[in-house]
Amino acid sequence: MLDTLITSLLTVLSLHHILYLAGGVFLGLLIGIFPGLGGIAGLSLLLPFLYGMDPISALAMLVGLVAVIPTSDTFTSVLMGIPGSSASQATVLDGFPMAKQGHAARALAAAFTASLFGGLFGALMLTVFVLIARPLILAFGSAELFMLTLLGLSMVGVLAGNSLVKGISACGIGLLLGSLGAAPATGEYRMSFDNTYLMDGIPLVVVGLGIFAIPEIIDLLRQNRAIAEASELGSGWVDGFKDVIKHKWLSIRCAILGTLVGALPGLGGSVVDWIAYGHAVQTTKAKDNPQFGKGDVRGVIAPESANNAKEGGGLIPTLLFGIPGSGSMAVFLGGMVLIGLEPGPAMVGAELGTTYTIVWSLALANVIGAGSCLLLSKWVARLTLIPYALMAPFMLMVICFAAFQATRSLGDLVALLAIGVLGVVMKRFDWPRPAFLIGFVLAGGMETYLYQAVQFDGWSFLTKPGVLIIAAITVASIYFAVRTKPADKTDDTGANTETETAPEAPRRRASNLRPQIIFAIAVVGLFGYGLYDALQHSFLGGVFTAGLCAFMLVMSLIVLVKLLRGRLEDPVNFDNEVEAGYSTDSSITSLPHYVYWLTGLILGCYLFGYLIAIGLFFIIFLLLKARTSMIKTLSLTGAALAFLVVLSHLMVLDMPRGLLQEMVQLPWPLS
Amino acid sequence: MKNADKFLRKFSARAIRPLVVAIACASALSVTTPVLATDFEGARIEMTMPFKEGGGTDTWGRFYAPLIGEQLPGQPVVVVKNIPGGGSTSGANQFQARAKADGRDIFASSGSTMFPYILGDKRVKYEYKDWTAILASPTGGVVYISSDLGVKNIAELAKLKDADLKYASQGATSLDLITLLSFEVLGLDVKAVFGMKGRGEARLAFERGEVNIDDQTTSGFIKKVQPLVDEGKAIPLFSWGVLGKDGKIQRDPTFPDLPHFVEAYEMVHGSAPSSERFRAWKAFFIAGYAAQKGLFLPKGTPDDVVQAYREAIAKAVATPGFSEKAQDVLGDYDQAVGDEASMMFTEAVSMDDEARAWVINWLNSKYSAGL
Repeated sequence: MLDTLITSLLTVLSLHHILYLAGGVFLGLLIGIFPGLGGIAGLSLLLPFLYGMDPISALAMLVGLVAVIPTSDTFTSVLMGIPGSSASQATVLDGFPMAKQGHAARALAAAFTASLFGGLFGALMLTVFVLIARPLILAFGSAELFMLTLLGLSMVGVLAGNSLVKGISACGIGLLLGSLGAAPATGEYRMSFDNTYLMDGIPLVVVGLGIFAIPEIIDLLRQNRAIAEASELGSGWVDGFKDVIKHKWLSIRCAILGTLVGALPGLGGSVVDWIAYGHAVQTTKAKDNPQFGKGDVRGVIAPESANNAKEGGGLIPTLLFGIPGSGSMAVFLGGMVLIGLEPGPAMVGAELGTTYTIVWSLALANVIGAGSCLLLSKWVARLTLIPYALMAPFMLMVICFAAFQATRSLGDLVALLAIGVLGVVMKRFDWPRPAFLIGFVLAGGMETYLYQAVQFDGWSFLTKPGVLIIAAITVASIYFAVRTKPADKTDDTGANTETETAPEAPRRRASNLRPQIIFAIAVVGLFGYGLYDALQHSFLGGVFTAGLCAFMLVMSLIVLVKLLRGRLEDPVNFDNEVEAGYSTDSSITSLPHYVYWLTGLILGCYLFGYLIAIGLFFIIFLLLKARTSMIKTLSLTGAALAFLVVLSHLMVLDMPRGLLQEMVQLPWPLS
Repeated sequence: MKNADKFLRKFSARAIRPLVVAIACASALSVTTPVLATDFEGARIEMTMPFKEGGGTDTWGRFYAPLIGEQLPGQPVVVVKNIPGGGSTSGANQFQARAKADGRDIFASSGSTMFPYILGDKRVKYEYKDWTAILASPTGGVVYISSDLGVKNIAELAKLKDADLKYASQGATSLDLITLLSFEVLGLDVKAVFGMKGRGEARLAFERGEVNIDDQTTSGFIKKVQPLVDEGKAIPLFSWGVLGKDGKIQRDPTFPDLPHFVEAYEMVHGSAPSSERFRAWKAFFIAGYAAQKGLFLPKGTPDDVVQAYREAIAKAVATPGFSEKAQDVLGDYDQAVGDEASMMFTEAVSMDDEARAWVINWLNSKYSAGL
């Protein structure tokens, strides 16, 4: 084994290998910086070149790309409040408030150092773990995986914010939305209104961007300023580095978590960052002055340590069993087969050398990737000083592009708008969006594994030792969550998960509860409809959503009743329009204003296709909102469109077509 | 907004030049010279792939793309355009609606695209009979059981009648339909547990002991199940077989010692199968195995273009060293080109009404498929 280790280390360190690896890393950096374009987009750009390459070089490029994306996607999470990919959703919660306070460089440095550390530690763990992973993976059957989804859900308690019933209801909305489409047991289509797009369920990318990015963009536009409130960027990147050193144990624990959860096939890496974040919140004692949700650097370190280690973990089921744990791992697997490597038990036998080459490439890619990100961060952090009206059209363009990249249809854009509006409302009334997202991510796995566990073992699956152990961990996790919460004395302190910045100012309370009541009624109605729909299906096709909706009806009714009783000091009462002082500040644009802009853009896509619509949007928005001169407007628009056209050509991606294109034959690229 | 202007001034000085370059590049890309139908020089051929990047059919398509491009007149670039969704019906619908019949649009089809078509899924708006097949890639597969069941080979199949058999499946209308149908035809009472995200996950469930009967395609079986057979944990029962030129099912050359499905049936029932359920099985077998993956040209493609493609593929497949290169992606199966490919797909998609009615009724009543 030591021989193999050394031989593969030498392979990795050869100049030839490093060059290809750096090529992959570079591409990954470029792709990862754009929000929503994750590993899948990068790998599909790379796939056409793999054919005919020698396996080791090809592998180096693949690994370089996979390894760096959870690092570089941190840029948008921290700087814009937009999750760069599903792996860094949790980073937004504290990274973005830090950027708003002018600490973007520090947050980025902490994130990249944590990424580097997590990646390296993950690789180290993998070296040993890959040899003993097989029995462990086999020990996790459907029953145990179901219990893990429950453990994931218990994080909702940590992320629920001020009102637990609201948190649970928000999680319920996510769970219901996540179970849209084909039922795992029977394939019946739930709540899909015979719509082909809804039958497949809404893609995670679209939900992630809609729920986080759209509300953030609209909020910044309404305030009409740059992202950073301070005009100078405060503490530099050395501080971020020191932060990680200070919290090294947290980083180690999260890296271990990341490797283990990443290694379990089926659960997917998209919950790792949330679990790590929840872990950080739970284990931070009140005396350490937790500021989670308001810019606590620990909230950046934890998910970033975990999500890089996760890629290493995710390699285990991919290599050992040929089962990809995530979308990007699926493409990685396809790439492996193309270059003539079929995964299987041999990867820890005769082909152990290749496995170690991959593991150590991963480590090296993390060093190169995090290193270059660290060097870049000082410059990229300056983006937060740009007036947002100039950035917004670019951000919207990229987000829409990333969204329709998910299934290449106009439906993605409509779903983005719908989820975006939901996100705006949830942000306004403080229905915790992280809880929603956790629900959404876990819905599919939870239902599938529960159904399978019952089919395999009957209800006696609940007495399996693995199940009992995970149940005990879940209970402990909830206990810690309750303990860390400083006894809900007022709701200003503690784990406020929303990205508001109103430190210690006396709270303004909303006195007009009607908008909140209307939303609560809509939520109750949603669960009511979900229940109705569930009853239209066969028992196995509807039992999960029926049970879910019945429970959530109770929860959301509690919220509604509390609001109707009109006690203003109740923690369910929250209206950001009042709390942040927007409703009394005449310089703030009204909430629906930019929702209309966005709706206009999507409507334009429906009529004229994406390219023409986004071009018009750029011109009108820049002229009216950013007040740029005609020449600058046109050159910015031209640049943006050129970028879009080149990228979609390289990715072999047709942009959504509108009615215009259906009626008239237009020349490329307008078609 | 003064700030915006100030920033822009600084920004534009540095950024304008690369932008001009980018725009120039973009417009250069958009210039496509008109060419003769059978000369694809400088053209970009788009292979519509109704799946996400990275799956089996995607890998297969990406394997073939450069090989076909090399052999076509003018050596065009063949790129893969992924349009996932609707269990591969979205991409097929889009191809049906938009593909141009000038040889620049080709379609990569898989069993998962054919099944909904055969079953009359309402999402299907494409018509296989409109398209011209230019390539069919077969694959094989093996059904195996856990050694805990105490059955040594297919001859002892009768012992399984009372066993508590469980099979992990992706869904009743997925490719696993063939396997479920086989159990039905053989008279085995197998409980199907759905919701698997691929045959790989199903195999994992087998290894964990959650299920005790499973099937894998040839490559999956050799790399991942054969080690289990060697350890004595798994017992192969039968292979699906391959479709001979005479339309009869023969033993799979990769597994010459294993009986094929029809042999297995004869061992159990003593006679050759002939019912409507067997006819249904055979159509699905062709669509799901014998001609699982295929390339198609759209409706109305001129004959010279079709001919150019057929020749190109025939040449690509006959290139020295092809079968070594193809080993991991295609296995040891003869690739069907030209008329042979057309005939296979014709047989797969033309199931008689009696058989179809039986299958749909069976899927609805046994698995609530809602067809």
